[in-house]
Amino acid sequence: MSNIAQLEKELLGAIAAAKDEAALEAVRVSALGKSGSVSALLKTLGAMTPDERKTQGAAINGLKDRVTAELAARKDALKGSALDTRLATETIDVTLPVREAPAEAGRIHPITQVIDELTAIFANMGFAVAEGPDIETDDYNFTKLNFPEGHPAREMHDTFYFPPKPDGSRMLLRTHTSPVQVRTMLGQKPPIRVIIPGRTYRSDSDQTHTPMFHQVEGLVIDKGSHLGHLKWILEEFCKAFFEVERVNMRFRPSFFPFTEPSMEVDIQCKRDKGEVRFGEGNDWLEILGCGMVHPNVLKNCGLDPDEYQGFAWGMGIDRIAMLKYGMPDLRPFFEADVRWLSHYGFRPLDFPTLAGGLSA
Amino acid sequence: MKFTTSWLKEHLDTDASLTEIVDKLTMIGLEVENVEDKASLLKPFVIASVVSAEKHPNADRLRVCMVDTGDGKPVQVVCGAPNARAGMKGVFSAPGTFIPGKNITVTVGTIRGVESRGMLCSAAELLISDDHDGIIELPADAPVGKSYADYAGTAEPVIEINLTPNRSDCTGVNGIARDLGAANIGAFKDRTVKPVKGTFPCPVKVTLDFGKTPPLCPAFGLRLVKGVKNGPSPEWLQKRLTAIGLRPINALVDITNFITFDRGRPLHVFDAAKVHGHLTVRRAKKGETLLALDGKTYALDESICVIADEKSVESLAGIMGGEASGCSETTTDVLIESALWEPLNIAQTGRKLGIQSDARYRFERGVDPAFMLPGLDLATQMVMELCGGQASETVVAGEVKMRDRVVDFPLSELERLTGLKVPLPDVRRLLEKLGFFAAGQGERVKVAVPSWRGDVEGKADIVEEIVRIMGLDRVKPTPFDRGADAFKPVLTPIQVRTRKAKRALAARGMVEAVTWSFISKREAEMFGGGAAELALANPIAAELSDMRPSLIAGLVAAAQRNADRSLPDVALFEVGQIFKGDKPEDQLIAATGVRRALAKSTGIGRHWSNGGAGVDVFDAKADALAVLTAAGAPAQSMQVVPGGPAWFHPGRSGTIQICPQNVLGHFGELHPRTLEALDAEGPLVAFEVILDKIPEAKAKVTRAKPVLELSAFQPVERDFAFVVASDVKAGDIVRAAQSADRKLVSNVTVFDVYEGKNIEAGKKSIAIAVTIQPREKTMTDQEIEALGAKIIAEVTKKTGGALRA
Repeated sequence: MSNIAQLEKELLGAIAAAKDEAALEAVRVSALGKSGSVSALLKTLGAMTPDERKTQGAAINGLKDRVTAELAARKDALKGSALDTRLATETIDVTLPVREAPAEAGRIHPITQVIDELTAIFANMGFAVAEGPDIETDDYNFTKLNFPEGHPAREMHDTFYFPPKPDGSRMLLRTHTSPVQVRTMLGQKPPIRVIIPGRTYRSDSDQTHTPMFHQVEGLVIDKGSHLGHLKWILEEFCKAFFEVERVNMRFRPSFFPFTEPSMEVDIQCKRDKGEVRFGEGNDWLEILGCGMVHPNVLKNCGLDPDEYQGFAWGMGIDRIAMLKYGMPDLRPFFEADVRWLSHYGFRPLDFPTLAGGLSA
Repeated sequence: MKFTTSWLKEHLDTDASLTEIVDKLTMIGLEVENVEDKASLLKPFVIASVVSAEKHPNADRLRVCMVDTGDGKPVQVVCGAPNARAGMKGVFSAPGTFIPGKNITVTVGTIRGVESRGMLCSAAELLISDDHDGIIELPADAPVGKSYADYAGTAEPVIEINLTPNRSDCTGVNGIARDLGAANIGAFKDRTVKPVKGTFPCPVKVTLDFGKTPPLCPAFGLRLVKGVKNGPSPEWLQKRLTAIGLRPINALVDITNFITFDRGRPLHVFDAAKVHGHLTVRRAKKGETLLALDGKTYALDESICVIADEKSVESLAGIMGGEASGCSETTTDVLIESALWEPLNIAQTGRKLGIQSDARYRFERGVDPAFMLPGLDLATQMVMELCGGQASETVVAGEVKMRDRVVDFPLSELERLTGLKVPLPDVRRLLEKLGFFAAGQGERVKVAVPSWRGDVEGKADIVEEIVRIMGLDRVKPTPFDRGADAFKPVLTPIQVRTRKAKRALAARGMVEAVTWSFISKREAEMFGGGAAELALANPIAAELSDMRPSLIAGLVAAAQRNADRSLPDVALFEVGQIFKGDKPEDQLIAATGVRRALAKSTGIGRHWSNGGAGVDVFDAKADALAVLTAAGAPAQSMQVVPGGPAWFHPGRSGTIQICPQNVLGHFGELHPRTLEALDAEGPLVAFEVILDKIPEAKAKVTRAKPVLELSAFQPVERDFAFVVASDVKAGDIVRAAQSADRKLVSNVTVFDVYEGKNIEAGKKSIAIAVTIQPREKTMTDQEIEALGAKIIAEVTKKTGGALRA
């Protein structure tokens, strides 16, 4: 065996035996460093004849290339195993629980969600959202709405009053959202298309009544809208809101001072263990009151009842929320029990849209 | 309003089934609330006679009765009723019978050592009336062993209508029959009353005396029937009354009750022997009282209308008669009253005295004035038929004034309001069946309104009559045009803010609550409210008495309720109205939140990652800034200054403002005194911002965002630490650093705050990172050094601090 072959064998052996990068570097220096064994061989080339140099040169350079390549390969391998060794010491317990995203923990109250749903549906039919103050005058809450002074219909309202003012008048908490109809008619020219969601108050408190509750009303005033349109709007609304293919509705004549003709509307349903299904069954469930705006109300709001006409309807937001989402009782709506709110509430990013489905 | 089908058929010729009648009633606006079918409920009860009744050997108040139930073998029953006695007839229930009024089933039992094999029932136990003062006593001829339900006529279903306040005409069975007749459920029998001629002048005079005050009685009719024999009314009449839950008293009283329900015409009968002299209808005088027929004594005043004789008040006009002049079995001469009363006054008096009577129910809704005298004739006729006697002539005080109401009705009105087209002959036929009269042939007809329909005033009322009788199902749903501006946004700025605020807070892990708009006076005062104009005159409870000036009180109470249920770590918010006064502009929308215990904005409850840190003022500050920004407040213009209203911790609260004149809200730890007063435990932080106060953004011409300016030059970051006095605000240091060069300094953040070792007492170290953004060219080291020096100089100058060595 030539010297070169011998040297190559020794060097490759040393490379393979190097346990870490330091040892490998020592091998590299011993071979390829300034006074390394391979460098020494290369230096001998200068004293050789051209012929010798031709054969020896190729052999020595071949040795150098192979040793260099082997060093690089060994270096990679050592680096890789050093990394593996380090990573093996770096484990963490990924089963530790992380914080729930705040948007997962937060909740929107069902009343807010239902008002947003109502807004989505009616905005799509061209309705704006009107609001008004909770503290109202007797005039707007009753008189302008055609409740005669002292009429039994006023008594049915269980009104909360404030103390009388020096002039004898007294403010009250609105018993329905209808005074906003008055404000709307007094404040803008027809055509009027609004829905009016808001808080309402009656001094009544038992299992099914709370002194504060929520209503939504609708009002349309123009020169041609009639009962047929009202029926259509309410049917479309019920289908959209309850997210069902069809609803059967029953319009019954009734009485409200501010509408004439007046109606109550029932929808057909099936009740089963606290769940209400619409479009099937044999029960009729009253969900709203409505009618053509009474000529006296139009007059009281500065509109000529022979020129303008329209209709209005009203229903309980809490009640339709209960029907749709299955809360059995009204009182917990206002108790702020986080267990109830977390269960019946909605995620903040579940914004109701018609495009995506209201409760999708 | 209750009635039976057989009663209805007195006024309506019909073969319609109960279901048809009930469905039709609801569909023409006489909503059937309930159909009570007592027949099945009362089936097991039989008529029995008490053969003997001996004192119970072991109990003074009990009797041991032997009861004949019709099979000849008397049954032993222990009975506690005071009226149980030998020879009487009553209603018996055998063991196994369900007693509806008590919700129990009769069993064979032993009472104080004596076996009892059934029960003798009271009217209350059978749900016939509220009478539970003893067992039912039946007339001596009641057939023993027969079904009590059949005997009493309670076998018939009772229909109860939820009458709307406008339909006073349907407070009588005949009015209901007329409506059903118009709706083709049969033929209405118009049972006109024939006048009854009197044979002598009425000896009692009536005067209406209201002096100068508004009169409360338009007309008053009275007549005497003398020589009557009063006693139990005939079976048919008793059955009518018991079927709808009324207790038969005696013939004279039963007649008035019958006409009240049959015709919607309340009447009153006085025992003439107990009336002293002539009658005056007048306002009561303060201090007068009346023992009424319900056994209660009422204190009267000038607002109340009464009928008085020459000694005292005898009757509460239109509401209830007096005990003293009431008719009894001994009455031989009876005065019958039929009058008209001011509905408003009747309603007010009824409310004031707390009396719900069948008369009040009708008079406050307004009775048919034209039936005042026929009603009196009908009563006279019935009295003479049932009790004999001779009738006087009628005296009438006042005058029955009838409004002639004729509505000018264009047929097109029906189509205008309902979309329905109906030919005139059909309209005419329908209206005439209801008692209206339509004159004319053209497009406009004159419609005369009957006297009993005081609720019908104008065209819209006529339209209602037509559609309700024809059926609302005839009105076809008609698609509604959504109008020209279908894509215009419909929400107002405050509505948009409210929505965004709610979602932003919920997205921060908070849960939305809806709390009462009213709180206690003490709480209202604690949060700057409590004004007299915002205190309810009739609160439902003391803790719900005043309109809230802030949402914090309600939310703190809610948080505490949750804590009391072992849910201490709650983050609650509400976006809702607060009240600064009683005018519309005093009502503002607040967005408010509280965080309690470990309900931090980074996560709620204990967690391995943060060592269980509790809520602090910065959680509330972050919430407040987040909700303001989401609602559209300009982030650059908001300043945070120390301190807040009295309900916050003075040193751990802040105020967010655009300028001192425009405060958007507050945040901080609640003052320990506030928590104590609210009965709540901390740690608890809160914020409240007023969404109305956010300045409205300037309207933009286009929706395009401003041009994005990306610098070609690398930003440079430099850190500085300053040692400053402990009370120096970090915000001032940041502002000073920014003011060194508003163009080049693009951002300043505080990354360390340190007090303690190596820092002199009374001082602290605040470290800031300043981002320098070269604008026109890359900056040289010297330029950056120079800017750094300027930053140091500014901070030192403004805060009195020094660069940390």
